[in-house]
Amino acid sequence: MATGTFAESGADLELVGIHKRFPGFTAIDDLNLTIPAGSFFALLGPSGCGKTTTLRLVAGLETPTAGRILLGGNDVTNQKSFQRPVNTVFQSYALFPHMTVLENVAFGLRRRKMAAPLDKAHEVLRLVELDHLASRRPQQLSGGQQQRVALARAIVNRPALLLLDEPLGALDLKLRRQMQLELKTIQEDVGLTFLHVTHDQEEAMTMADTIAVMNKGRIEQMGAPQELYELPRTSFVANFLGQSNLFTGPVMGTTSAGISVDIAGQKVVVPIDRAHRTSGEITIGVRPEKLTLHSSKPARDAGINVMGPGRVIDVSFSGVSTQYLVDVPGAGKLVVFAQNMTFGSDVREGDKVWVSWTIDHGFGLDDDPAEAPRFSPDLDTHTIAAQHLVEGA
Amino acid sequence: MAFAAFSTSTAPVAADTARKSSPVALLLLLPGILYLVLFFLTPLVSLLLTSFKAPAEFGDIGQFDYAFRWENYVEVITTYWPHIIRSFGYALTATFFALIISYPLAYFIGVKARRWPLLQSLALVLVVAPFFISFLLRTLAWKQIFSDESFLVTSLKAVSLLAPDAHVTGTAFSVIFGLTYNFIPFMTLPLYTTLERLDVRYLEAGSDLYASPFEVFRKVTIPLSMPGIVAGTLLTFIPAAGDYINASREFLGGTGTQMIGNVIEANFLVLQNFPSGAALSIILMSAILVLVSIYVKKSGTEELL
Repeated sequence: MATGTFAESGADLELVGIHKRFPGFTAIDDLNLTIPAGSFFALLGPSGCGKTTTLRLVAGLETPTAGRILLGGNDVTNQKSFQRPVNTVFQSYALFPHMTVLENVAFGLRRRKMAAPLDKAHEVLRLVELDHLASRRPQQLSGGQQQRVALARAIVNRPALLLLDEPLGALDLKLRRQMQLELKTIQEDVGLTFLHVTHDQEEAMTMADTIAVMNKGRIEQMGAPQELYELPRTSFVANFLGQSNLFTGPVMGTTSAGISVDIAGQKVVVPIDRAHRTSGEITIGVRPEKLTLHSSKPARDAGINVMGPGRVIDVSFSGVSTQYLVDVPGAGKLVVFAQNMTFGSDVREGDKVWVSWTIDHGFGLDDDPAEAPRFSPDLDTHTIAAQHLVEGA
Repeated sequence: MAFAAFSTSTAPVAADTARKSSPVALLLLLPGILYLVLFFLTPLVSLLLTSFKAPAEFGDIGQFDYAFRWENYVEVITTYWPHIIRSFGYALTATFFALIISYPLAYFIGVKARRWPLLQSLALVLVVAPFFISFLLRTLAWKQIFSDESFLVTSLKAVSLLAPDAHVTGTAFSVIFGLTYNFIPFMTLPLYTTLERLDVRYLEAGSDLYASPFEVFRKVTIPLSMPGIVAGTLLTFIPAAGDYINASREFLGGTGTQMIGNVIEANFLVLQNFPSGAALSIILMSAILVLVSIYVKKSGTEELL
């Protein structure tokens, strides 16, 4: 790493065949990943999925069991963390308590013997609107202010790659929204490559250009937020990124436009270009907000899937929308989000209803339904380790 | 003042209790206050009065009358200034070596051994283990080890690392060695308590911000463990400066290694020159108090936050 100069621009990050095994369990299993320079990349997954380990590997705080890490084409696998042109915004912020805010921000500049470290530190503090608190100690600041100092301390070094380890986790909702926008603006202004690790799917979708959904040490699916949301490839992605209604059944027929699936005796059609599998037992899904509730059976229409009748078993009002839980015999429980366009609701608990959606909104998953893992939220590392032990025995 | 060094959060707590000083609190404090008045304040005043006493006009040796003989101070300083300087020199050297030896030890027990709690407890027991044997016995044991006929000394002489007519006991080396050895636990334990709470995420952050391991140690670890360093050096330096066992001729010292503690002991118990002993005690106490306040102010308070 060149001392005394800033990175000209963001650098690509390339992970090649990364494995990381801890005693008792495998945190990362054959991870291959390329993050193009200048992009805002989010690693999304439940706790214990290996995303923080990935970040620590890139930062140089852990060494991979196997595999290589390339930064802007250079192999940095064997470099120590202080030699890598990478900075991290830690989840705990880790601001030095024995230094002022200004000295915290100037720390990295001083280590690299940059000219005028204090001026540069003041400049970045102005960017995060905290210059007036430069002489305070970190512990005298609020959580949101500390978070901004942590961000300033990292970006002042103009790293080729900035790592963000759930830095917004400790903030309240309003402040988090504000910081998300600020981060995005800074990333665009400064043109750095951001790698953001989070378990908050909404945060990942608002901020990132590309999201990789991680589960049990592997990447389940990677793509733009809309793509992942519209066409999830696995049931894990379908349920981790938003909610999904999933059904499993045999394929009855295929046309050039769509495949029809038998779900509890009712024919459901999915566009063929939105289905990952086209024969045998397949799992299909549709997002709750794409569903419409009807109190009488809707008229037949080739462009619409209808399911029902079912019973409303729960109604909950959440401001913008109302969430209905509908039990359709044989198909299971469906979640329906209906926008509150009129005052009051005309569907009540216990009502008999039909559910419909436009064929174009359905999607078919790539999972083998027989071994499709049911979505199990928030498996922590210990549980995963325990599972591996059981499986191994 | 100096005691602030031993705790990081005394100030807010003290302010809190002061605000609600109920009769119950006073009652609970009473035994402590009585104890301090009886066993600290009274002897101190008595010592101060003794230090100004003048020899009784027709009295025997060891008989003195109350007076204001400030010349006592001038006399002891002019007579014993080499001992005073030697005391602080020895104590400072011993504190330095104790710190150099204890810091890596405390760092290992408090940071590196965190993953193995059993090893951590075992190491701590080993640090404290010497206390199970009397201080005097341990020092005497070292006198045996360093004596002229001992295996160690004869071996060193055999390989010509020591001159044939050299001695180890009675030298500055053996006194400083004894002081260092005896006060290491007092240095290690406060260092351990601060290092045990050291958040390694700060070290990772330092490394992430381009600091080499040495710079992380100098810029992050040392400042964060300052409370332990201050407490440990005070707990070592203060008793070492007044120590009279290690430097005594019966133990590791000799005629040329007498410290101020030995002089005070001799004045009180042998020469029966109580005013001189008292004056020396007061001088020692004030010198330590001044040195310690400067030290705490310089290295402590700003960094102790």
